[in-house]
Order: sequence, then structure tokens, then C-alpha cells
Amino acid sequence: MAASAAVLRSETRLFAREPGPMFWIVAFPSILLTILGLIPSFREPDPALGGLRVVDLYVPVAVLLAMIAAGIQAMPPVLTGYRERGILRRMSTTPVRPASLLGAQIVLHGAAALGSAVLALAVGRLAFGVRLPGQPFGYVLALLLATLSALALGATVAAASRTTKISNAIGSAVFFPMMFAAGVWVPVQVMPDLLRRIVQLTPFGAASQALNQAAAGDWPGWSHLGIMALWAVALIGAAARWFRWE
Amino acid sequence: MAIIEVNGLRKAYGGRPVVDGVSFAVEEGEIFGILGPNGAGKTTTVECVEGLRVPDGGTVRVAGLDPVADHERVTPLLGAQLQESELQAKLTVREALELYSAFYPRPADWRPLAERLGLDGVLTTRFGKLSGGQRQRLFIALALIGDPRVVVLDELTTGLDPRGRRDTWKLIEDVRDSGVTVLLVTHFMEEAQHLCDRVAVIHAGRVAALDTPQGLIGRAASSTVISLTPSRPLDDADLAALPAVASLERKDGRLVINGTDETVDAVISLLARHRVTAHRLRVADATLDDAFLDLTAVLEEKEA
Repeated sequence: MAASAAVLRSETRLFAREPGPMFWIVAFPSILLTILGLIPSFREPDPALGGLRVVDLYVPVAVLLAMIAAGIQAMPPVLTGYRERGILRRMSTTPVRPASLLGAQIVLHGAAALGSAVLALAVGRLAFGVRLPGQPFGYVLALLLATLSALALGATVAAASRTTKISNAIGSAVFFPMMFAAGVWVPVQVMPDLLRRIVQLTPFGAASQALNQAAAGDWPGWSHLGIMALWAVALIGAAARWFRWE
Repeated sequence: MAIIEVNGLRKAYGGRPVVDGVSFAVEEGEIFGILGPNGAGKTTTVECVEGLRVPDGGTVRVAGLDPVADHERVTPLLGAQLQESELQAKLTVREALELYSAFYPRPADWRPLAERLGLDGVLTTRFGKLSGGQRQRLFIALALIGDPRVVVLDELTTGLDPRGRRDTWKLIEDVRDSGVTVLLVTHFMEEAQHLCDRVAVIHAGRVAALDTPQGLIGRAASSTVISLTPSRPLDDADLAALPAVASLERKDGRLVINGTDETVDAVISLLARHRVTAHRLRVADATLDDAFLDLTAVLEEKEA
């Protein structure tokens, strides 16, 4: 127990020493939100969006962007690097299981993503008057499920890649479709009907719908929550099955 | 009782046997060396002792425990320095020492250990910025940090300069003198000869010889080296008649003869008979290097 706490402490310190991932996970989503929010027309209510403004739709997008940056962009190279450079092997010879190192990294990336989500909500509220989620419990549940599927997807990428190079390649191949599904280019809510139906089947498309419903004050649809949960379970299973310790 | 027992150990990778029936026992408090050419199966053997690999056959016991099945009970007793491993690049030396101390139930105090290994000057340096020698010394410190009963050191002094190597040897001797058993993998003969109480020579996945370094040298075909510069050239026929000569070289008027004590006697009487003066006469025991090359040459001949 004390040893796992020491691992978490030490990994937290190391995490804080990496300015790149910290920027992309914590700062970038809120910066993007701020830039979009500064465009005057994005702050005008749009009847086509059911009276919402573009900036309202981009708060959940920024939240999901943080999940994607943490889970898919930042985490897999760290996990594969630990294996590739023999750090896990070295730890296998001590009384502490190397799984605690991976666990610490997963927890830290999840925490950074959630911290970034809170920051995006705060920036939206304070700078652009975006209303806080009307259904906070539903919002938190959707947020946790989205974080879990993002981390599970990242862990699967790490498990499937033999080297850091491969995990970077797979990571960026998955990164762009996931950003699209989260609505970074076109918010999911204004996508054409057929496209939206397809995107809703991906974890981040489903997350986008669930977050928007909760933001509007409704309980998020169980089909959206269910799709995220299914993805998370399937990906955790795949990661656990494929992960190689060396 | 032996603290490490390896019996009929077998391990194959992709159908190719790497370790093929290795057996040896290490007594508590000795420095036991594993010597052998590259690819002989040395590292795989010690990885089985460390519990990093599951043997295909045979048994391994550390203090009576199975390193794989009883991994949790073996790790507190066994410190390991691996041949190729790193730490997190941005972890400082002090953080690494503190972190690894926290892993063990009764760790050694890392401060004197760091001082002993010359790491006290780089405590705030990050792992990624350390030189090869500093990394190596840090890994030796981490192997000792849990106050283990057994340390397994794989290529201990690779990357160290001659001074660092000597200092490390002294440290390992002190560790042994404090009652810790040392299992040492090396391909430096000088290191094995200097440090090891006993040596197992592994060749093609098998133990080719197991003895003290002196014992191995004595077994070799040529255990003595005689070198001299004769005041005038010696007759070829006389040289050819010398007994038990393993090899004879002539370079710039200097003779180097590999042989036995019998050869030494014969050379001295030959010089006396012809009234030849021997300048800079040297008689030296062969080194483990010579013995090792002898032994592996014989083995390769047998295989061929």
C-alpha cells in the first residue's frame, strides 16, 4: 500500500515535468474554446441549433477533446515506453508489481482529463456565459464513462503496439476520427442525420450526445450511456488480454 | 545449504534451446560467477533465477522458494541488476533511490550506499542526463537497496572506466563479506578471476566446467607462460624438443612459450646447457582468459 502510494507520488511528479502533454490535455481544449468564443457570430443564438449558440455546443467538444488528448494522444507512448525501455522489467524484480506503475499513469491521465473538463466548463461559464449542465448527475456520469472509454482505448493502443513508434502511429490514426466523432470540426448535433447515427455508435459521438442532453437539463439517453459502457468494457478486456509486459 | 539451486534448467525461444540442462548450486556467502561467450545462455539462466522467465523444464530455488510461483516471497530477498533496463528519464537519482527504498520491507539506508557508489554528487541529476557509468552505479545501488540476501548482477562493470571497475569490485567484496551471496554474470575474465569464489562456464546452454578460477586455470592445457629475450638465438630443434608446450611465439627476438611447470624446468636447463643468458625472464601463471579460450576451443572442436 505504502509502496503503491510512493509509485503514485513519483509518477505524479514525473507527469508534472512533461509540459507537452500537460498543455494538450489541460490547456489546449480551453484555449480552443476561448478562440471560438471570441468570434462574435458564435455567440449569437442560432435557431438552427434550437436557439443555442455555437459556443454552447463547443463546451462539451472541449471536454471530449481533453479526454482524447489524455487517453489516446498522451498515454499510449508513456505505457509502451515503460515497457520498451525495461522499466517494467526492472520493477518486476522488486516486491512491487509493475502494474502499479501503469495504474498510476492511467489514474493521472484520467485526473488531468477531468481537471481539464472542469476548466473548460469554468471558462465557458465565466467568459461566455455558457450555462452549467442542467442535469449535473447525468453530466458527471456521462463524463466518467467518456473518460473510462478514452483511457481504455488508449490502453488498448498501448497493448497492441510493440514499440513507442507504433503506438504513436496507431494513436494518431485513431486520434483524428475520434476528434471528428467528438464534434471538433462539426458538432455532432448539427451533423446530417445518417452521419450522426453512425457517429453516435462511437464512444465519443455517444459521449457528445449524452453531454449535450445533460447540459440541456435532460437525463442523458440510456442508449448513449450504454454504448460508452460497452466500449469501455470491450476495450478494457482487449487491453488486459493483449498487453505484454516485455 | 545452497541458497540458489538450479537443477536441469531448460528454456527455449521459438523452439531453439537457449538453456539446455543447466545445473549448479550457489552456497550462502560466496561470489559465484557465470562465464561464457555471447549467446551462451547466461542471461536467460539468471533471468530464471530472478523469476523474470518461466523455465520450460527443471527447477530453480532461491532460499528454497520458487522465483516464479513464490515471486512475492523471493523479491524481498533478491536484488537484481539487469543487463538492459532504464528508469524514467526525468526521475532524479535521489527520487529513484527513495522510490525503490519504499518498495522493500526493510530497506538499507540509501545515503551511505549512494556515497559509496560515488552518486552523492549527482543526486539531483535526472536519469536521462546520467553517463553510462553513473547509470550502471545507480543500478548497482538499486540492486542493494532492499538489503537483500542474494544479489544477481548481470554484466556488472560494463560501461565503467578502469577506476570505477576497481571500486565496484571492492564494493562487491564488501557486500559478500557482509554475508550477502552474489551471483555474477560476466564476460570479463579478469573480473571473474579477481572476484569469484567459484565459476560456472556456460557454453551453448550447458555448464561446460564448474570450479574455482585457480582450478579452471590449472586444468587448462597450458597453465604457465614463460617469456624471455635470449642473448643469442636458440636452436629450433632444441625448442621443438621442449616438453608440454601448448604454443610458442617469436616476436622481435622475444620468445613466449605457453606450457606447464615441466616446460619451465626444461627451458631453464636448455639455457644453462647452451650458456645463453635470458634477458627479462618472466614466468607467469596463465590467466582465466587463457583457460577459458582453451576450454571453449576444445568444446567447439568436439562439436565440429
